[in-house]
Amino acid sequence: MKKVYINSIASISPQKTFDNTIFLDEITDYNDTVIFAVDPDYKQYIPPAAARRMAKGIKMGVVASKIAMEEAGIETVDAIITGTGMGCMIDSEKFVSAIIDNNEQYLTPTSFIQSTHNTVAGQVALGMECKAYNFTYVHSAISFESALLDAKMQLENDEAHHILVGGVEELGDHTTKVHRVVNHIKPKPVTISTVLNSKTKGAVFSEGANFFVVSNEKKESCYAELVAVETFNTLQKEKVSETIESFLTENNLKIEDIDVVVFGNNGDVDFDTYYNQLSEGNLSKTQQVFYKHLVGENNTVSAFGVWLGSKILKTQTIPEIVKINEIKIPEIRTVLCYNQYRGQNHSLVLLKK
Amino acid sequence: MSELKEELKAKIIEQLNLEDVSVAEIADDDALFGDGLGLDSIDALELIVMLDKDYGIRLSDPKEGRKIFESVQVMADYIEEHRTK
Repeated sequence: MKKVYINSIASISPQKTFDNTIFLDEITDYNDTVIFAVDPDYKQYIPPAAARRMAKGIKMGVVASKIAMEEAGIETVDAIITGTGMGCMIDSEKFVSAIIDNNEQYLTPTSFIQSTHNTVAGQVALGMECKAYNFTYVHSAISFESALLDAKMQLENDEAHHILVGGVEELGDHTTKVHRVVNHIKPKPVTISTVLNSKTKGAVFSEGANFFVVSNEKKESCYAELVAVETFNTLQKEKVSETIESFLTENNLKIEDIDVVVFGNNGDVDFDTYYNQLSEGNLSKTQQVFYKHLVGENNTVSAFGVWLGSKILKTQTIPEIVKINEIKIPEIRTVLCYNQYRGQNHSLVLLKK
Repeated sequence: MSELKEELKAKIIEQLNLEDVSVAEIADDDALFGDGLGLDSIDALELIVMLDKDYGIRLSDPKEGRKIFESVQVMADYIEEHRTK
């Protein structure tokens, strides 16, 4: 089986992360319950005629994919695989609202065409005239990991050489209102320094796009080796430690071999206990980092965790703003990313230098 | 009539999301498709729905759209003559 490498990364998030030359140098603080992505100059990447039909999620996905492709130094790929939990919410809401408001009459095509979950992967393919494998996984909080696993298997079996993988979510007004009603969004605004200890239910909702070029050949731009990806729809809290240890054993590693663990804490008092038991338990002596205080929560934000892990491995630096504890590490060789959302859809991603 | 033309220009910009175009930039006789505003077949469908919804004009033959959507001037003339709303 061939090895798989993350040869390039791109992130559009509520922080200024679209510039790959910097690494969380400037932090935008928020005092909110819903945070939006910092926009790059979309016009620099997308012709106006194409951009006018694109909602924010599509623009973020298209631009993130272009940044990743540029960094990898390739023109096209053998597959485009995306993950999205909620899909193109803005156009979906527009289309459904039009049906209701106009009593099922006067329906226009644009928002319908752009509202499907696979719109982003389709638009990326159209942009680069790529007629290869094009697939979108819609698996809630493991949508991105499902896409990543698909890419990894194809590359390991040499069915493809370069694959563009990404996760994308956009915020829609109505959907946000619904999440607020069911208390999945925090009741009161929090800042990046207070979110983890907010002791309230729910998360700070957000949007963003994270794309990667993964290949079975190592390029100069390489960030990390993608060693393993595993997902679990259900996993009891008491079984998480044991599951991580088995996952590591399968990859010939022990807990002590993990230099950095990337946690998906979002400050939800009901579900951060999944992480707390690890940070106080078998991973207590490992350097722990987190990121959702900076970029919020959405179904594919775990891709930002992979972005963070990749960046840490390549730069061998850990920004202070993401550190949970302080452990001295002479060399960062192995990074483990663990994420879950509301106690379901757990994922483990293992990266190596 | 000039009020209707201004209204049409604003609606075209809003409904077709022509981000970089202002009402002042669209001349009455500018071609809407092809070399003019560069609209396409999906836009034509949007305009057909707009005629129905806002002016009560239902085009029985979509091919008619080609002639009607030639320019804002032609559209306004057609709407003046056929509107039911």
